[in-house]
Amino acid sequence: MKPIHILIFLLFAGTGLVWGQPAKGSLLIKNGTVLTVTKGTLANSDVLIVDGIIKKIGKNISAPKGVEVIDATGQYVMPGIIDAHSHIGIDAVNEATNPVTADVWVGDALDPMDVSIYRALAGGTTTSHAMHGSANVIGGQCETIKHRYGTTNPNDLRMEGAPRTIKFALGENPMRVHGEGNDIIPRTRMGVEEVIRRAFSEAQAYQAKWDAYNKEMKTNPRALSPAYNRRLETLADVLSGKVMIHCHSYRADEILMLMNVCKDFGIKKICFQHVNEGFKVAPELANFGAYASVFADWWAYKFEVYYSTAYNAAILTRNGVVTSINSDSPDLIRHLYHEAAKTQHYGGLTDDEALALITINPAKQLGVDDRIGSLEEGKEGDVAIFSHHPLSVYAVPVKTIIDGVVYFDIDKDPADIRVQIDPENLPTYQVQTEEDRCMQGVFEYLFENR
Amino acid sequence: MKILKIFPLLLALCALALPSRAQLMYKPEKGTFALMHATIHTITQGTIEDGTVVIQDGKIQAVGKAVNIPAGAESIDCSGKEIYPGLIDAGTHLGLGEVESVSLTQDYNEIGDLVPEMQALTAVNPNSVAIPVTRVNGVTTVLTMPAGGRFPGTAALIDLNGYTPNQMFAGYKVVVLNWPRSGGFGRFDRRSPEDIKKAEEKALKDLNEYWDLAKEFAMLDAAAHKSGKPRNTDYNPAMEALLPVVNGQAPLLIEVEKDKDILSALRWIKEKKVNAILGGVSEGWRVADSIAAAGVPALVGPVIDLPSRPSDRYDAAYANAGKLNKAGVKIAIRTMQTENVRNLPYHAGFAAAYGLGKEEALKAVTINPAEIFGVADHLGSIEKGKQANLIVTDGDPFETKTNIEKVFIQGWDIPLDSRHIQLYHEFLDRQPGLKK
Repeated sequence: MKPIHILIFLLFAGTGLVWGQPAKGSLLIKNGTVLTVTKGTLANSDVLIVDGIIKKIGKNISAPKGVEVIDATGQYVMPGIIDAHSHIGIDAVNEATNPVTADVWVGDALDPMDVSIYRALAGGTTTSHAMHGSANVIGGQCETIKHRYGTTNPNDLRMEGAPRTIKFALGENPMRVHGEGNDIIPRTRMGVEEVIRRAFSEAQAYQAKWDAYNKEMKTNPRALSPAYNRRLETLADVLSGKVMIHCHSYRADEILMLMNVCKDFGIKKICFQHVNEGFKVAPELANFGAYASVFADWWAYKFEVYYSTAYNAAILTRNGVVTSINSDSPDLIRHLYHEAAKTQHYGGLTDDEALALITINPAKQLGVDDRIGSLEEGKEGDVAIFSHHPLSVYAVPVKTIIDGVVYFDIDKDPADIRVQIDPENLPTYQVQTEEDRCMQGVFEYLFENR
Repeated sequence: MKILKIFPLLLALCALALPSRAQLMYKPEKGTFALMHATIHTITQGTIEDGTVVIQDGKIQAVGKAVNIPAGAESIDCSGKEIYPGLIDAGTHLGLGEVESVSLTQDYNEIGDLVPEMQALTAVNPNSVAIPVTRVNGVTTVLTMPAGGRFPGTAALIDLNGYTPNQMFAGYKVVVLNWPRSGGFGRFDRRSPEDIKKAEEKALKDLNEYWDLAKEFAMLDAAAHKSGKPRNTDYNPAMEALLPVVNGQAPLLIEVEKDKDILSALRWIKEKKVNAILGGVSEGWRVADSIAAAGVPALVGPVIDLPSRPSDRYDAAYANAGKLNKAGVKIAIRTMQTENVRNLPYHAGFAAAYGLGKEEALKAVTINPAEIFGVADHLGSIEKGKQANLIVTDGDPFETKTNIEKVFIQGWDIPLDSRHIQLYHEFLDRQPGLKK
């Protein structure tokens, strides 16, 4: 390295522009009931994590020198829970200004100080899909985050290398915001289709111009480039499969519509979100190879979810659809293990099937199943430890670990951090009105712009 | 034509198909039932192994190890099963709302700040799709409540069976008071601290003035009674509704969440000598001793909920019921849900796991609400002579995977059916599948 490079490095390091990698730890979790999810349940077994990676799973593993040992006797050790749909850890959800906003990215609005991240950890959830909201037919790009709470650096939240994803939304939300709210297409589910087909077609044309330019460049270095357009570039990446669609949807007809549009534009991978009527078109979803990420039992909060059933996850699973249970809520994200257990009440899923809904299946839907979502040697050391079997209503998460680092420990949880601040000077009582954070930021916008 | 030849055959097939179609029509059935060889959790009189419950004329006719089975009773073998009282949710909007975002299906929030006369029972829709969805999970009785202004109306306790509100009515009504909330209303509240304080003082002053008015009305009413002449007042249904409350004959359900507000409500209850119940009390754990000292019962919940302040411990809402109980407050658990009241057992389960314990949690959804609502003479436990609201399960009723195998409400054998279940049966193996 030339001295000037060292100087530049020191300058950047000094101003905090060069950040360290998120911490990776080593741990030995001893003598728990290990729920691997993909490779069965192992009684009285150990999990050894070295430098953030699961090195070994088995009996009587001894701790390498200097590695901390966690005694999990009588406890249950499972993969860190993954939420394929949430809005925590971001301080903006909806860019509700256009039916198509593929150019925005929630990764630009990460908020590592959001207390919801800590609360999610206290529920055993280690990874979530921080999504754009559902105000627009084609919303912004999303970010897969690990809940490395305690950092002030937004970049530490990112799950490095996770595939890019984008939020789409069908039905009532975009119809209400843009059709009813702004008097522009879409006001109906016909319009929703039209918006997507138009956007995809424009993206195809945009890509064709760039392809022609790149080709011409080879022989003519003075070729004139087309105008850069981030929105269309992102959509072109959707068409080429570089960005995966995660689509807010409820009704069977609109789910079929989007699958047809995808077929027409050659899109192979899609994950439907909420998809309350997915059970009605389960054979079609399975045939397409589409994924479904659902609520355990939410229904009747709007008309398009009135004809729902809590048996949705079970029907989808039995029909061969890769299904997950998501939260879409800073409350539910704390007890996804309980939400998954509801599929045993509604449809009799086995323990492994129910646990897969919050581990390996959402990992598949986020394209990170080679790294997380089960306890296997070589995977990342993301682990949740419970007092009882996690599918029991009496289960209490006791420790939550990411990359071999303990981020939540019930024994070291401050009883009431309020003592450090004057309770009378707090921003007062928290008003909880927004159940559906998908629409966060929209109502303010509508009220101010009517 | 081929079709003509096979037409009689088709007709015959249709006729054959009819009985099986008819079986899809499930109706509650009344009768005399003997639930035998069950583990009976009476709540008030311990647990009976290998016992029998006899249901007759809508009531629990006998409970015990050796009981006489009336002639003609339908015997139901409950070996390996458990019997619990039907669960009671101490606060919901069930029957008053159908689709949350469609305002015209919402019947719990009337216009007006001072409308204690609004009757929740009037607006209960016995055919709400959410009612069968709820009772198949073991919830048989709920308090259904109005919401909104200072006095939003009168809540009613209902059994989840019946085709008219009166058939459902479970014998208890209570006027609701939303206690004035101190402090600001989140980040969009731009008022200065002085303005917030003024608004708080005004709200309390308005409440007291209104209460004084009701007191005056009660005095006029008492005087009229004494003189035997008709009361010389204008038509005033709000005052009529408050009359038994200010007289101390009827209870008042005070909805209050914040610690400081709970304390001011408790002072007010003492000063006005009100027969009060607290509802909500999400910050009750901060002032649990004060609530216990005042001897006021509390309807706690939702349990599965976020803490009220960002700085609270993450499990504040889960642990609230346990802390209140430990301090000596009589508690009942509620969901405050409309379509998902079915989650009541899980709210109780979370409370149990986070400090309340199973036994107390079970009381908090059975005998406690029955006692708080003054209906323990006919609800809340499995005792001879009580109304037959009970459930048969294959395990712990709070445990998520437990199945509810029978539900009896007012002695009716309730079909274990709901739209959610019907959709399951229709779509688990959809026909036609992929092909036409």
